[in-house]
Amino acid sequence: MLGSDAILRALELEGVRVAFGIPGGAILPTYDAIARGTSVRHVLARHEQGAGHMAEGYARASGEVGVAIATSGPGATNLVTPIADAWMDSTPLVCITGQVRSSLIGTDAFQETDATGITMPIVKHSWLVQDVEELPGVLKAAFHVARTGRQGPVLVDVAKDVQEAEFDFDYPDEVDLPGWKPPRKVHPKQLAEAARAIAAAKRPIVYAGGGVLNADACAELLHLVDSAHLPAVVTLMGKGCLPDSHPLNYGAPGMHGSKYANWALNKADLVIAVGARFDDRVTGKVAAFAPGAKVIHFDIDAAEVGKIREAEIPVVGPLKLALAQLADAVGATATDGVAWAPWLRQLEEWRAQFPFRYTKVEGVLKPQTALEALRDLTADRDEVIWTTGVGQHQMWAMQYLVCDRPRSFITSGGLGTMGYGVPAAIGAKAARPNATVVCVDGDGCFQMTCQELATAALERLPIVAVVINNGWLGMVRQWQEMFYDERFTHTHLTHAVPDYALLAEAYGCAGFTVENEDQLEDALAGAFAAGRTAVVDVRCDPEEKCFPMVPAGAAAVDVIEAPDEEVVRA
Amino acid sequence: MSAHTISVRLENKPGALARVSQLFSRRGYNIHSLAVGPTEHKDISRLTLRVDCSEHSLEQIEKHMHKLVNVLRVTELRPDESLERELALITVSVNPERRADLVALSQVAGAKVADVGRDAMTFELVGRPDQLDAFEELVRPYGVRELVRTGRVGLRRPSAGGRTTTPSVH
Repeated sequence: MLGSDAILRALELEGVRVAFGIPGGAILPTYDAIARGTSVRHVLARHEQGAGHMAEGYARASGEVGVAIATSGPGATNLVTPIADAWMDSTPLVCITGQVRSSLIGTDAFQETDATGITMPIVKHSWLVQDVEELPGVLKAAFHVARTGRQGPVLVDVAKDVQEAEFDFDYPDEVDLPGWKPPRKVHPKQLAEAARAIAAAKRPIVYAGGGVLNADACAELLHLVDSAHLPAVVTLMGKGCLPDSHPLNYGAPGMHGSKYANWALNKADLVIAVGARFDDRVTGKVAAFAPGAKVIHFDIDAAEVGKIREAEIPVVGPLKLALAQLADAVGATATDGVAWAPWLRQLEEWRAQFPFRYTKVEGVLKPQTALEALRDLTADRDEVIWTTGVGQHQMWAMQYLVCDRPRSFITSGGLGTMGYGVPAAIGAKAARPNATVVCVDGDGCFQMTCQELATAALERLPIVAVVINNGWLGMVRQWQEMFYDERFTHTHLTHAVPDYALLAEAYGCAGFTVENEDQLEDALAGAFAAGRTAVVDVRCDPEEKCFPMVPAGAAAVDVIEAPDEEVVRA
Repeated sequence: MSAHTISVRLENKPGALARVSQLFSRRGYNIHSLAVGPTEHKDISRLTLRVDCSEHSLEQIEKHMHKLVNVLRVTELRPDESLERELALITVSVNPERRADLVALSQVAGAKVADVGRDAMTFELVGRPDQLDAFEELVRPYGVRELVRTGRVGLRRPSAGGRTTTPSVH
């Protein structure tokens, strides 16, 4: 068998259904192998960054490992952003890149770049394969490392001559990685201590993050919350791990989280962190974060525990197991939430007192109105997956969309990668063809990766992209307005260029333009009914700011709410 | 902040050392010295790292190193439980009249004369890092022309009891 065929056999044996990529010189033998036949569907992207984000969207929607394939040099460097994104958000990804021939490595050959070197700080591990005999073991290890422990990206860089080399293919059953030992158990003593702390708490709060989704521990979390009557806040990355409409779910804390979620987290006496990493966007000023709370920190990654906030009770191990065992332990000691009944009442009061709000103005289309319309229009659909870019629209999506199922909200959290939304949506659609996949995007984000509309159209992976078009790099504009004396330098994109509906049609997609609230519902309904990829250009108020807001470096309790006064504009 | 010695057993694979050193620069930790060499196993190297950091950072360093696929074991070598040795080569300016003084001095410090030139001598000294420091100070008045140290290597003392390679975390 040739090395190139071995790569495909390995993907098949690892259960890969879809891979995303673009061919080029150093990976050509592997694309030639695709011509010889494989059960893996290859989706041809228009840019390697698109391929990488598609693989991420696929992974996040399915829970499987995403696979991206690219050539050497610029192919590999274009994958750097998705790799960094997957690293920050713990998305399991196997990137396979071609490399120049072994004999040319180190000579600055055409399209040679040190792919393993460039990506070293942003992968769990990487391999440069220069001997075809190593290929099966490396691929086996790559998938194993990507999906075990804290999930994340790996890179396999394969020299072109290795892809062309003939050898006897034998895929190993076991990995040979003596240094890779992610925790598989949870310390019973730590669990017992956690249960005791919960039993003693007066104001407990669960702080659930993306790790719950990665660990496939959503049912266990729900059981814990239900059985112990524990209130919870859920981060941006965790959205969907606990149903948004669950009465004990107080939504997202953090920079643009609700006041009640921030207060719930910061005024608690016990923070039960589960697969969350005390990101600065959640904590605000760390010294002022949850000052009266003891912290129990559940995580698969020991390095996250105690990194930002000291954990009085660290519990390192797989969350699925840990949460199930914790529910058992708490069930024996807790008293059906009675101990913290006043706290639950307080949380309800805050929720009623500080809802998300914005001021409607006659004749002005507010972005929040578009999100509400989207939410209502999709409410009766069985399976909806949302993706977003990064910025104001992402925060409004977090605030207004209701996600009651795991893996229904796919976003770029840690890296904050503009342009993530469209390709991630395409990847999600490839993973779950029966789902309605909607990308809520900003106009700035959309322009970073909209070439992938071609992929969506030609690969028959229909998505709906709703561009919250305020004509600006909106979040940057908001910071300029609030913190840079309204000097709006280089943030104005304009509503009109490009004409998104025409652009969509140029790519073989359906295009809709919404200029006022009256056109909103018809356009969105039209997009959902289009039967092909559709782009809805929703031209919104350019001045609307995203609230609530915790200014960078401020204490999270000092969250600024939307202004009270009626805003009157011409 | 205080100085710590960390011993790392590492798979002898391409890029393994780069991954460890990259981790230090990536996370903003400063390496004083790094010595790497073979061990009793042909597939395993041992790194001895000297870092200046807080206890909190040390814990983070160890946890992050454990996540590296090629890292087999990370141990902090505590001064009272471990042996540490280092080698230095020091070239000292000296005119022929004062050679004898310098040689006598070096003998007291346990250093050996490695080379003698017209107006300089090179000494080699193997010992504890503090002994090397002391010798360096001793010869400094003569004029140190060039100096190189290997960086310390260390092992846990069998006499300290327990296993000689105790993992420090997990």
